[in-house]
Amino acid sequence: MAEVVHETEHRHEAPRGFIRRYIFSLDHKVIGIQYWFLALFSVFVGLTLSIFIRIHLVWPQAHIPLLDKLSPTGAPHGQITPEYYLALLTLHGTIMVFFVLTTAPQGGFGNFALPIQIGAEDMAFPRLNMLSFWTTFVGLVVIMLTFFVGDGPPISGWTAYPPLSAVGGASGPGQAVGQNLWIISIAIFCVASMLGALNFIATTLDLRARGMSLMRLPLTCWAWFITAILSLLSFAVLLAAGALLLLDRVGGTSFFIPGGLIVSDKIINHTGGSPLLWQHLFWFFGHPEVYIAILPGMGATSHIVSTFARKPIFGYKAMVGAMGAIGFLGFMVWGHHMFISGMSPYSAFAFSVLTMAIAVPSAIKTFNWLGTILGGKLRFPTPMLFALGFVSLFVTGGLSGIFLGQPAIDLFFHDTYFVLAHFHLIMGVAAIFGIFAGTYFWFPKMFGRMLNETLGKIHFWITFVGVYAIFMPMHFLGLVGHPRRYSEMSGFEFLKPLIGLHEFISLGAFITGAVQLVFLFNVFWSIFKGAKAPANPWEATTLEWTVSSPPPHDNFAGKHPVVHHGPYEFGVPGAEKDFIMQDSPEKVTAGN
Amino acid sequence: MALALALVIALITLATVAVFAARIWWFPAVISAHGPAVDHQIVLTMYVTGAIFVLAQLALAYLIWRHRDRGDGTRARFFQGNNKLEATWTIAAAILFIGLNLMGYRVWAGLHFMGAEPGSTQIEVWGQQFAWYFRYPGPDGRFGPTHVDKVDDATANYLGLDRDKDQDSKDDIVTSTLAIPVNHPVQLILRSKDVTHSFFVRELRFKQDLVPGMIIPVHFTATQTGRYELACAELCGLGHYRMRAFLQVLSDEDYKKWLENMAAAQ
Repeated sequence: MAEVVHETEHRHEAPRGFIRRYIFSLDHKVIGIQYWFLALFSVFVGLTLSIFIRIHLVWPQAHIPLLDKLSPTGAPHGQITPEYYLALLTLHGTIMVFFVLTTAPQGGFGNFALPIQIGAEDMAFPRLNMLSFWTTFVGLVVIMLTFFVGDGPPISGWTAYPPLSAVGGASGPGQAVGQNLWIISIAIFCVASMLGALNFIATTLDLRARGMSLMRLPLTCWAWFITAILSLLSFAVLLAAGALLLLDRVGGTSFFIPGGLIVSDKIINHTGGSPLLWQHLFWFFGHPEVYIAILPGMGATSHIVSTFARKPIFGYKAMVGAMGAIGFLGFMVWGHHMFISGMSPYSAFAFSVLTMAIAVPSAIKTFNWLGTILGGKLRFPTPMLFALGFVSLFVTGGLSGIFLGQPAIDLFFHDTYFVLAHFHLIMGVAAIFGIFAGTYFWFPKMFGRMLNETLGKIHFWITFVGVYAIFMPMHFLGLVGHPRRYSEMSGFEFLKPLIGLHEFISLGAFITGAVQLVFLFNVFWSIFKGAKAPANPWEATTLEWTVSSPPPHDNFAGKHPVVHHGPYEFGVPGAEKDFIMQDSPEKVTAGN
Repeated sequence: MALALALVIALITLATVAVFAARIWWFPAVISAHGPAVDHQIVLTMYVTGAIFVLAQLALAYLIWRHRDRGDGTRARFFQGNNKLEATWTIAAAILFIGLNLMGYRVWAGLHFMGAEPGSTQIEVWGQQFAWYFRYPGPDGRFGPTHVDKVDDATANYLGLDRDKDQDSKDDIVTSTLAIPVNHPVQLILRSKDVTHSFFVRELRFKQDLVPGMIIPVHFTATQTGRYELACAELCGLGHYRMRAFLQVLSDEDYKKWLENMAAAQ
C-alpha cells in the first residue's frame, strides 16, 4: 500500500473583493456563518412574537408601544386583537420551525463544520451552497413581508390546515394575500433545503479525507448526513403540498376543498377535495421535520458531552444506529398527529405502535449519554452546560410523547397545552439548547475569539431554569384540558381559574426572553473584543481543531489531512495526553 | 458548577413531581362510560413516565456531580460501550413502551372499532365559524337533506333545510345546545359547514374533528347529568377561542320535555 501523501502545491486563496468574500461567498464557512446570522435574526423575531403572545394572554388590554405602527388594524393603539394574536402565533411557529430550527443546526453549523470535520476543502458544490443560502434568505424576506401587506400575516397556524388556509379572505384576516405569501415563502424554503441537503449528502459521501471511514465520522457528521436525507425526502413532499394549496387558492383547483362549503355566508365554488389529504402530506413532512430539528442537536450533544467528559462516547455504533432508526421510523409515524382527524381508527392504532417504537432509539441515546458521563472527568464550560441541559430537556420533552402517542389518551390531550409543552420542550427548547451548545462550542472556530464565559453561564442558568418554568406548567394547563390557540380565556368558564398559571408562565417567558439579550451582547462583544481563540481551546479531537481559529480559506492550507483515529479517543490508556487528535500519527489507539 | 447543576436538575425534578402528585391542576370529573378507562391509562402512563423521569434526571444529576473533574490530574475511566447493556435497555424500552400502548388499546377499540349500539340516540353536530348547531331527527327518526343555497342565518335556517319540500326535514329539530339523555348510548354525526372544527367536552374525555366534506359518526354514553362546556379544539379562525356551546346531560324525563319544548320552538 502506497503511503505517499500528495501535498498539492495549489492553494485556494480567499477572494479579495468584499462582496465575493462575505456576501456571495462560495466558502462553506462564510455560508455557515451567514446561515447562523439568518437564524439569529429569525430567532429574535420569533422570540419577540412569543413575548407579544404571552403579553396578550395575560393582559389582553395591554397597549404595546409601536405595535400599532406595525399593524394599525391588528393592534389598534398597540392592543392585540384576537385575530392578530393568531397572526402572531402563525408567524412565531413558522419562523421558529423553518428559519431557526431547520436553519441554524443544519445550514449553520453543518455548513461551517462538516467539511472541516471530514477533512475537505469545501462542500461538494460550493455554488449550490451559495444558492441554497440566498434562496433561504428570499424565503425569509417573503415571510417577513406578510407583516406589511394586505391585512397582515395568515391566521391559520404553522400547520395551515385547509379549508381555513384554502378558501381565501372570507375565512378571516390575513387569509388572502398573507396566506399566499406564506405558501410562497415555505415553497422557496423547501427548494433551498433540498439544494442544501443534496450538498450535504454528496459532501459526506465523496469528500472525506484519507482514513476518515464512516465509522470514524464524528457523530455530528452522522447527524447532519441523516438530517440531509430526511430533508431531501420530506421537503419535496411539503413543496408539492404547498403547490397544490396555492393552486386551490389561485388556480380554481380543489385538491383540499370539498364541495358544499359556505364560509361567512359565501358559497365556496369548489368540489371534490379532501382536507385530510393536506394533513397527510403536511405531516409526512412535518414529523421528519421534528427530527430535522433535533438530530443535529443530538449530534452536537454527543460530541460535546464526550469532549468535556474526557471520555469516548458510550456506544458509538449504537448512537449511529439509533439516529438511523429515528430517521427511518420518523417517516412512518406522521399519523400520530391525526388520531382524531377523522382518519381511519385502525391506522391510528398502527401509527401509535410505530410511534412507541421510535421512543426506543430515543431511549438508547439517553442511556448512552449517561454512559458517556459515567466514569468521566467532567469539565463545565458553557457548551457542556447547554449540552447537559439538552439531555435533561430531551428526557422531559420525550416522555410526554409517550402520552400523546397513545390514541386513547390523545382523546383528551390532543390540541391542548399538553401538546404545546411536549413539542416546545423537545423540538423547540431542546433543539435550541443544541444550537446554543454548538454556538458556544464552535464560536471560537467561527470567529477566532472566545465567547465570554461569565456571560455564557448567566445565560445558561437563567435560560435552563426559565424554560422549565415556562413549559412545565403548560402540562398542567393540558391536564385541565386547556385548548391551544385560544387568544383569550374569556370564552370559557373553565379557563378563567387558569389565569394565575398563565401569569406565572408569562413571567417566566419575560425573564427568559430578557436574558437572551445577554447572549446577543456576548456574541457581538466577543466578535470584536473577545479573547483570541487558540487552535484547540477545548482539547478536542476532531479535525476542525487541528487548524487555526478561524481556519484558513481552504481549511487545511493546501494540505490533505490523513485520519488515523476515531473521533472520540479521550483518556486512551498509554496515550501521551488524555486526548488523541484524529490526524495524530500516535500509534496508541482506542481500536477504531 | 457540578454541584449547582446537579442540585438544579434534582430540584426541578422534585418540584415537577410534587405539583403533579398534589393534583393542584387536574382533569375535571369524568362523566362518560369510557372516561374512567381513559383516566386510568393516563394515570398509568404518568406512573411509568414519572418513574423514568425521576430516575433519568436524578441519574443525570448524580453522575454530573459524581464524575466532575476534581483537578487531581487523573484520567477518565476508559471504556467505549457495552453491547449487553445496550441490548438490555433496547429490549426493555421496547417492551415497556409498546406494552403500555397496547394496554390503552381497548378504550380506543371500544370507541372507534365498533359502531354505535342499535337504538342509540342520533344527533347531528354542525360546526361553523364560530358556533355550534345540533339537529335531532324528530319523531320520524330521519334527518332531511341540507341545501347549501338555503342556508340563511337571518331566518334561523342555519343548516339549509327545506321544510316545505323535504318530508324528512319537517320534524327536524335544530338547536344551539346539545342535550342528551343520561346513561343512554348517543351517536353524534359530526359535520362542518366551512372549516375544520373539533368537538371537545373535557368531562366526556372525548374529542373528534369535524371535517368539511366528511360525515363522521362517533358514539359514547354519558353517565352523569349536568351542564358542561363544549369547546372547539381545532383552530378555525379569529373567533376560535369563543366557539362554545353547552352539553346538557339530562334525565330521561327532562330530556323528553326538553325535546318537546325545542320542537315547539322550531
